[in-house]
Amino acid sequence: MAKVVFTGGLRTLVGAESIELEAARVVDLVAALYARYPALEGKLEGATVAIDGTLHHDARYQRLLPTSEVHFLAPIAGG
Amino acid sequence: MSNQNGSGSDRKFKVVGTRPIRHDGLDKVTGRANYGADLALPGMLQGAILRSPHAHARIKKLDVSKALAMPGVKAIVTSADFPEIGSGGMAAGESHIDPKDLQANIMARGKVLYHGHAVAAVAASTIEQAREACKMITVDYEVLKPVMTLAQALAKDAPILHEGRKAVGVPPLPEGDTNIMMRLANAKGDVDAAFKGADVVVEGWYEASMAHQGYIEPHATVVTTRENGQAEIWCSTQGPFAVKSMVAVTLQMDPNLIRVTPSEIGGGFGGKTTIYLEPVAVLLSRKARRPVKMVMSREEVFRATGPTSGTRIWAKLGVKKDGSFVAADTRMEFEAGGFAGSPMGAASMTLYAAYNIPNFRFEGLDIVVNRPKVAAYRAPGAPNAAYALETAIDELAQKLAIDPIDLRLKNAVKEGDVASYGPKYDRIGFIECLQAAKNHPQYKAPLGKNQGRGVGAGFWFNVGLQSSATVSINDDGSAVVRTGNPDIGGSRASMAITVAEELGIPVERVRPLVGDTDTVGYCDLTGGSRVTYATGMAVIEASKNVIEHLRARAATIWGCEVDAVEWRDGQAVGTNGASNNKPLSLADIAKQMAHTGGPIIASASVNPPAAGPGFGVHLCDIEVDPETGRSTVLRYLVVQDAGKAVHPSYVEGQFQGGAAQGIGWALWEEYLFDKDGKMENPGFLDYRMPVASDLPMIDTVVVEVPNPLHPYGVRGVGETPIVPPLATVGNAVSRAIGVRMHQLPMTPPRVLDAIETKKG
Repeated sequence: MAKVVFTGGLRTLVGAESIELEAARVVDLVAALYARYPALEGKLEGATVAIDGTLHHDARYQRLLPTSEVHFLAPIAGG
Repeated sequence: MSNQNGSGSDRKFKVVGTRPIRHDGLDKVTGRANYGADLALPGMLQGAILRSPHAHARIKKLDVSKALAMPGVKAIVTSADFPEIGSGGMAAGESHIDPKDLQANIMARGKVLYHGHAVAAVAASTIEQAREACKMITVDYEVLKPVMTLAQALAKDAPILHEGRKAVGVPPLPEGDTNIMMRLANAKGDVDAAFKGADVVVEGWYEASMAHQGYIEPHATVVTTRENGQAEIWCSTQGPFAVKSMVAVTLQMDPNLIRVTPSEIGGGFGGKTTIYLEPVAVLLSRKARRPVKMVMSREEVFRATGPTSGTRIWAKLGVKKDGSFVAADTRMEFEAGGFAGSPMGAASMTLYAAYNIPNFRFEGLDIVVNRPKVAAYRAPGAPNAAYALETAIDELAQKLAIDPIDLRLKNAVKEGDVASYGPKYDRIGFIECLQAAKNHPQYKAPLGKNQGRGVGAGFWFNVGLQSSATVSINDDGSAVVRTGNPDIGGSRASMAITVAEELGIPVERVRPLVGDTDTVGYCDLTGGSRVTYATGMAVIEASKNVIEHLRARAATIWGCEVDAVEWRDGQAVGTNGASNNKPLSLADIAKQMAHTGGPIIASASVNPPAAGPGFGVHLCDIEVDPETGRSTVLRYLVVQDAGKAVHPSYVEGQFQGGAAQGIGWALWEEYLFDKDGKMENPGFLDYRMPVASDLPMIDTVVVEVPNPLHPYGVRGVGETPIVPPLATVGNAVSRAIGVRMHQLPMTPPRVLDAIETKKG
């Protein structure tokens, strides 16, 4: 099962530092998170998603391994 | 300048890593290059903008009738000509913006939020006529008390810029109307207990002034519209596709009707990732049925275009006697300008990113004030955050009597460490940068009286995002590479080098072009230190696709299977039964294109992950005149991990440019406002950016710890160099005068004041 680690406001909404969920892709993971934590609904859109240390700007269809660790981060911009 | 290869890449490059003359250089040094203001079309009108004389006011009435009757006037535009749009979020290249705010920043609707905020625009036959007509527009304002500082914005009885808008983010949030637009917070470990166990603790407020990107070329655009609704836009921008999206949303246009051509760009540094003039010019052109040119003056650039945030940051850092960091706590207040959206989020993620700190906490506030809306500026938010933390680290090094580089080495992140923002680091080069700085001759150079040496470090993510590229072969065997990224920092040269490396031809035989939104595939902005990394990956892929064509054409010529043809050193070489054929060069194959299937062209597109973290370490030696408080930079060194320098001269140029901008921010640059909120120094004479005579030659060390995400090991390099200088320079000044300073810029009066205070 993929491990999702929460920080900041997301941790407050979920009430846990990390959880484990069954999901093959990030899009499935997000749907599962919204279903389990309705307060999260919409909060993960546009997030930069770190999967095993690699930061994806658009991770919607990225595949997850059972050992994957996922972080949802603020969108990363630049100048 | 020197190069230190951290570990080396297995691939032996022939062109990557060389320093050819940039392809666009001749046109730029001879004045032939066409910038935003250089285009002229038949029948073209000139546009001018009426700007608010107040920093904070309600627009009660606006009358353009007298202006419309002026000689030469063809059209006038106000907010009434813009469609009403709702709040929300839109992706604009690498950032997300609220289109309603974007539109209201372009043309004030109901309220002006800073001195210089656009209120109306005129198109006339001449610029003088347009400016005269602006004077005849009458605006009835209800002047409100301006909110010019963070303290004023947070005061209990503060005037509210956006009535009815609530703060968002991490609770607890202020109730009712507020100037706080967003609150972020995060924590790890038991911070309070860790501070109790610390041997030494430093804390303080660290203030940095709002600073402008200072690009030489002001914003400029030429727009022509057609009866079928099409709009053609030429402009100076970091992202033509982003301009297209933003114009479409602010005017509620079908994007398909908009074509954006980027001109040459005279600097952007993040400030040209948004729009100001383009939708106004579209509306004026539509009304006048003529092309319209709009060019900002320098004063308009200062008054009405995005600087980066001024900040107040309280930071506290605790350490054990052996130098191990045990706890950190920070409160960051960021000026957003007239509309929400400072880079506080990025600052919060970069703040602790360079170090292993087991217990930390931060709070960040995005706060509106009656100043121009901030825009991106090189590593947005990170220099402010690093200024606070890296100054605190220097204070700790002094208190512990530990070498400041050794203190950083003890706590520096490395591969496998968990970043403060969550995930684990892959391969990174921070340790290598610290060691290179420590081993550099500058670090051992003796210091004289009134001289001080500062050390500072910095981190930036570097982004990836979407890019596409097309490579085509000419019948003489030369190549053309087309992308959609305006060339700010030498990316044409990088793209040409990449094609030359892959195809095995001289770089002079590759012509790099920047296309418009109708002639090239989608590319996100030139920004986020992404072009050589992400667009470069698209160019590598397109070049490889071209090679597949070349192998197939060679197979056709030889009458063999494609599998029997290899591409080696710029030639098709026969193998497996085809080895008797004389190798064919790219030129040989190109000559026969018509006989073997027609033109050879290939494209590729990518959307890679973030470009691999960039770390840098700076050294600054400064002498302070105790009589005048004037600081003279004696020596300055930038050490940074570039992953792999495709064109080392432009990597070094990025290092030097970022350092120069950071030195200016640290020593001289600040916005000065009068009591009514009017900027008093809107020009380069009084807004004091460094010029060549102010600075020594900035030395560089290019560290190369390959980025595993890129085929060559490339990391972005454009933004990290501006992260360390604020603290580096501040630490040098503080050590030179023997008293710790906490406010930027460290102008002569402030330095003198600190010296006098020390004397008592």
